[in-house]
Amino acid sequence: MPNAKESSPAATNRTVVERKSDHELLVTRTFDAPAHIVFEAWSKPELFKLWWVPKSAGMSLLSCDMDVRTGGTYRLVFSHPAFDQPMAFFGTYKEVTPHKRMVWTNQESDQGAVTTVTFEENAGKTLVTLHELYPTEAALDEALAGSAEGLPEQFAQLDELLAGRS
Amino acid sequence: MVHYQARLDTTFAALSDVTRRGVLEQLGGSEASITDLAQRFHMTLTGMKKHVSILEQAGLVVTEKVGRVRTCKLGPRRLEEEAAWIEQHRQLWSARFDALDELVEHLKYKEKADAQRKRK
Repeated sequence: MPNAKESSPAATNRTVVERKSDHELLVTRTFDAPAHIVFEAWSKPELFKLWWVPKSAGMSLLSCDMDVRTGGTYRLVFSHPAFDQPMAFFGTYKEVTPHKRMVWTNQESDQGAVTTVTFEENAGKTLVTLHELYPTEAALDEALAGSAEGLPEQFAQLDELLAGRS
Repeated sequence: MVHYQARLDTTFAALSDVTRRGVLEQLGGSEASITDLAQRFHMTLTGMKKHVSILEQAGLVVTEKVGRVRTCKLGPRRLEEEAAWIEQHRQLWSARFDALDELVEHLKYKEKADAQRKRK
């Protein structure tokens, strides 16, 4: 992977993305910090919005409301120069176990995935495993083939950026 | 879209086998007959015919029979589309997690600094 920051820990902790089955996508990465810190970055909206939208995407996060507890809801609204209207992503936290596990639904479409994130701490490092379970194979293909989450521009820009760096 | 999805499925099924991936690599170098491939991968002609047929259905390989020899070569379908989608996801998540990594480092040092300040 092209990486501008050779000396940072990010250069050694690789993000692994796999299609686990017809319905599932799996993303894993180890972070050099205890689980409570990594979990904080996922569960506090003011921190979450600092990393969830890649800077290169040209997207802006207009609002980020997250009530991170079991049964709570979230709503993220994005804008992009290519969209006429802002796009909203929303759903419910089915389970939140602090520092260990979060499960949320994606309810903006009836083909939305259920996302499970687990945090496993070992010797001061935390393995984050993100698992997306789609209701049908077609829904996963759609998300992948049509550029995930309906954000084609995001990837195009990211591609350009990464190509420029390599 | 539906057409595209069906093709992706066939492709992934075709690529899920180590011998078939080996065959593609081999054919990337030069054409080969089914007999050549069977010998190279230490399997029966019938076994290799099955693998080639799956690759053919996915459009990854084309075969042509001249006389008694069936020659295989890489098909018009490229792996680029398939590689592209996994790559797009990898790039998105890498970018996200690189940013998260930086943030987590920052939070970690902040926590340490706070703890030291409290001790003083």
